[in-house]
Amino acid sequence: MTLAPADVAPQEPSAAARSGRGRGGLASYAGRRLLSGVGTMFFVLVFNFFLFRLLPGDPIALYTRGRNMDRDQLRELRRNLNQPIGTQFIDYLRNPFSSGVDSTQFSRPVWDVIGDYVWPTVVLLSTATVLSAVIGIAIGIRGGWKRGSTFDRTSTGITLTLYAMPEFWLGMVLLILFSTGIGPFPGIFPSGGTITPGLDPWSLKGILDQLWHLALPAATLTLAYLAEYALVMRSSLVDETRQDYLVTARAKGLMDKLVRRRHAVPNALLPTITLVFLNIGFVVSGAITVETVFSWPGLGLLSYEAIRGPDVPLLQAIFLLFSLAVVVANIVADVVVAAVDPRVRT
Amino acid sequence: MTLLQLDDVSVTYRTADGPVPAVRGVSLDLEAGSTLGVAGESGSGKSTVAATVLRLNPASSTVTGRVLLDGEDVLKMSFGQLRAVRWAEASIVFQGALHSLNPLQKIGRQVAEPVLLHGQADTRRGAEAMARELLGQVGLPPRLASSYPHQLSGGQKQRVMIAMALACGPRLIIADEPTTALDVMVQAQVLDLLTGLVRDLGVGLVVISHDLSVLGTTCDRLAVMYAGRVVEEGPSADVLARARHPYTRALSAAYPTIGDPAARFSPRGLPGDPPWPGDLPAGCPFHPRCPEAVDVCRTEDVRLRLAAPGHQAACVHVAAEVAT
Amino acid sequence: MSARAVRRARRRAALGRFWASFRRERAGLVGLAVLAVFVLLALTAPLLFSPDQLKVTEATGDVLAPPTAGFPLGTDESGRSVLALVVWGTRVSLLVGVAATVISMAIGTFVGISSGHYRGVPGSVLERLTDWFLVIPFLPLAIALATVLGSSLLNVIVVIGVTSWPGTARLVRAQTLSVEARPYLERARVLGGGHWHQMSRHVLPNVMPLVLANTTLTVAIAILSETTLSFLGLGDPFRVSWGSMLDSAFSTGAISAGAWWYLLPPGLCVVAVVLAFTLVGRAMENVLDPRER
Repeated sequence: MTLAPADVAPQEPSAAARSGRGRGGLASYAGRRLLSGVGTMFFVLVFNFFLFRLLPGDPIALYTRGRNMDRDQLRELRRNLNQPIGTQFIDYLRNPFSSGVDSTQFSRPVWDVIGDYVWPTVVLLSTATVLSAVIGIAIGIRGGWKRGSTFDRTSTGITLTLYAMPEFWLGMVLLILFSTGIGPFPGIFPSGGTITPGLDPWSLKGILDQLWHLALPAATLTLAYLAEYALVMRSSLVDETRQDYLVTARAKGLMDKLVRRRHAVPNALLPTITLVFLNIGFVVSGAITVETVFSWPGLGLLSYEAIRGPDVPLLQAIFLLFSLAVVVANIVADVVVAAVDPRVRT
Repeated sequence: MTLLQLDDVSVTYRTADGPVPAVRGVSLDLEAGSTLGVAGESGSGKSTVAATVLRLNPASSTVTGRVLLDGEDVLKMSFGQLRAVRWAEASIVFQGALHSLNPLQKIGRQVAEPVLLHGQADTRRGAEAMARELLGQVGLPPRLASSYPHQLSGGQKQRVMIAMALACGPRLIIADEPTTALDVMVQAQVLDLLTGLVRDLGVGLVVISHDLSVLGTTCDRLAVMYAGRVVEEGPSADVLARARHPYTRALSAAYPTIGDPAARFSPRGLPGDPPWPGDLPAGCPFHPRCPEAVDVCRTEDVRLRLAAPGHQAACVHVAAEVAT
Repeated sequence: MSARAVRRARRRAALGRFWASFRRERAGLVGLAVLAVFVLLALTAPLLFSPDQLKVTEATGDVLAPPTAGFPLGTDESGRSVLALVVWGTRVSLLVGVAATVISMAIGTFVGISSGHYRGVPGSVLERLTDWFLVIPFLPLAIALATVLGSSLLNVIVVIGVTSWPGTARLVRAQTLSVEARPYLERARVLGGGHWHQMSRHVLPNVMPLVLANTTLTVAIAILSETTLSFLGLGDPFRVSWGSMLDSAFSTGAISAGAWWYLLPPGLCVVAVVLAFTLVGRAMENVLDPRER
């Protein structure tokens, strides 16, 4: 008993047209997103420029506060800052990354300095982000699926507490427990740096040594970040358990585990994925304080030193770098969601 | 043998405010190749009855009684047996226009899922081919299999739900509100499809709806539920034309007969609302709204009584008692 | 009864209902109790410990000494009582947290309602602005601002308030859009209600409950931010706060000296207060939007 296709045709939306454009849809969406991202990046550039120039106070004093600069540097600086703001802005736009400017602390080009400190930060942050996302999401899934269970209540309590902790304090506590060692706690981890001086970083011993140094700072950031992922994943899965299509799945005879894995989790992951990328802003903040605590020679520690100066050219460059990283992360977040969720693409 | 037999089934939900009896002692029969309609307003328990047939009630509920599917009690089956029975023996057509389909998966994959699960096909390819065939059987172009749910209209999604329900060749299909949220034209098409299935495949069909007109045209027998109980049950023509329970009379009177001058002037509708299942009145649950209530209705609840051959009603005004 | 009296009576009844539901949230009540304790500590700090105990020159204890009867939480690197410092630190943390949140909520609510209410160019400009500001990572911006403005209590409050309004604005905007879709707003417009009237009389009261729930969470984040800024040396150098204590602990080598009594109390206080605000905020959300039952 089939219905004549004629009965069907009048109600059909252009499903044919849309389903054919699946792949193209994603690429064009990514393109559109990139374009609007460029607008945001421009805003960041402009903001970065004006931030350090339009705020109250004598700009010279700002640049030289607490530092003794030699006559030539001062003269050069004064000449630059005395130009009309419009000219300064054009100059800035031509060279927004101020590649030639020297850091006042290191007396080397700013981007040279940054280049030296980038890698340790990348290693630390990527390790922490991956670990915290994987563990946090797993905890959130288990807690959200069996809402009200002992696991759920315990894990929610623990994650809420972790969420309330300043990450640098957590780092200090871990240091005092596992590096200095008090009472029954063993002080077996190093107190700072990436590697014991003198070791070849590429030798087996060197690699193990570096992992040993990475352990505590990575643990600190992982614990600090996984809390938010666990909480969001849990609440998004709880929302998902109310959806009707899960009843359909169960009615078909699927095991509980499969209902969760195949249907509930993919849908619930969407807001969490977005959050992982959007969190880059907070990841960055965490890096600054935690690197300071562990003397981890990355961009975070560099920022801390730059504040102490204050080394304004360096701060400006770091600020720009972090902001751009967040813009890129946002774009990636949107594209990843579009790749997973077909509703966004149309 | 009777295809489906519900025997004194009761479902109670555990809530923060205490136990709520959604279904209280419901007994229903269905033979293969026939249609049973279950009518009632929201809160009457009709959707809960549907869920109970496949034991899909939430974990916080207690179910008593027997649900016999081809003679076997669903409520006593092990999980393994239950999962095998689900969909292969009996399937449910949910309201597709809402969110009964996974928004992230293509239609074809979702229809193919039970096919693979219950071994109707051995490979993914084979299952998806079967899915396309099923879509054709319900009047949808097979290429819709590579679309996502949000790309389909309400009527199309409802048909997908029907195709999905047919996937494993079940002997019983329960359609829960299959026409709600659909245009009248589409409603008619969906109903034709369902009755066609009964005719051609000999499946048993249970249609649940608040819309009496829908049930009147498609079902052989009709059961009316109120406050978790069946208050009237019999051949649908009889129940509609010669209703013996005041509630049924009020329900069918609520649908005007176009062209009948008398219908334009007769009073319609009932005052008040159906009772909240957790807060039922004493005696007959319908008595606060009943135009024919008498004193005894306030204190004594009434069970189903035989009003005519094959036609029962739970009203004190119906003379004979049902011999149990 | 006059229209105003009717409104007030209705509001009071709503408040009563809210409190009745809130009372059932155990976690929220615990949070509220903890907050009450800390507020009490903040208010009575001068009575419990004289301000002299904060002066480095008046310190009487040994340097970095573990807890004893006289100094229940030990001493810091100048010999001051850690307990006194922690209790006095409560004032700064709570003050900055609340004050910064007030600023942030004021800006955020105003921008949020406006961007949701005004269609066309003004609305979308505000929306864009909010999204752009959301992109800028908090700490680098706060550091930049604090460096330029200088370190003082007022500046810390301003910096935190100015950097956290976008989150609120986004939430308020979403709420405004959903409220504006309701039919009675259209009725108000047809009856001649101007923009200001619509926004203040209709949108604001409906948006406020969820905004208030969000406020407690914003305070929690503001306190964490203050702690972080003080730790980095950007807080008020003349006031003791939990963050500045951690900064001192760190830079004077409390960690390698094993001086846990200096390290744990300020951090635990931050955790307690932030957790308390978070629990209260979550309880409020549950009451106002009871889906998570």
